[in-house]
Amino acid sequence: MTLRKYLVILSVVFFGSVGDAFLARGMKHTGAIDIHHLSNVFTALANPFVIVGIFFLLAFMSSYMTALSFADLTYVMPATAISYVVMVLLSIFWLHEHVSPQRWAGVALIVIGVGVVAGGPSRTEHPAAQVPARGLKERV
Amino acid sequence: MRTYYTWLCIFTTVCTAAAGDVLVALAMRRIGDLGEVRRRHGFFAILVRVFSSGILFGGVFFMAIAFFSNLIGLSWADLSVVGPASAALTFVTNALGARFFLHENVDRRRWLATIFVCLGVLLLTWS
Repeated sequence: MTLRKYLVILSVVFFGSVGDAFLARGMKHTGAIDIHHLSNVFTALANPFVIVGIFFLLAFMSSYMTALSFADLTYVMPATAISYVVMVLLSIFWLHEHVSPQRWAGVALIVIGVGVVAGGPSRTEHPAAQVPARGLKERV
Repeated sequence: MRTYYTWLCIFTTVCTAAAGDVLVALAMRRIGDLGEVRRRHGFFAILVRVFSSGILFGGVFFMAIAFFSNLIGLSWADLSVVGPASAALTFVTNALGARFFLHENVDRRRWLATIFVCLGVLLLTWS
């Protein structure tokens, strides 16, 4: 894993957590959606918080796709779970919220999980993966 | 009745999110390391490969269903219920999908990490 690859993983964490925060706030403004009028979910798309959240999630998607191009899904998923820890730290230092011992235990478990997966290889080597990617062979 | 609909939403979110993640991971594995592709062929080659991948669009389609299902769930129930339930279950279904469909080497280390993160997310958000 190079520095560039760690930065890609970090950008997945950043864009994902900020995007989720904007979406959650936007949906609180929109209110409950009736089961018989599910199409009303599209009205949420007019909410500015939801719009900003979608832009962040588009950035998340592109960095997530980049991460999956060089690492396994079972590596990327736990590694990017550090975003939950970032959100707890933000709630302490930015929103001055109280964090219960139960939530600290959750933070500890996530940090251990991320540490466990980050110590292993990021990619499963398949025989097919050693063949040059589509389009590379004919141009070399 | 709303509880039933909420769990139906969580179930839909988890299944479609896992299907989306597995398909996107499969597409990106076939496209290759984007950094390597850019270095050899330029940025335009990335766009051509990404936008010509049917599997990728299939994955994005399932992710879009998961997105709207999650939005509907968030409007019916608290984030403290929908968030941890769908996030924790998605970790497990993704690991199973990666093991059986992507044939990733999900060894003891990765299962341990998945379980730690899954339990951590539950503790963190269900308090």
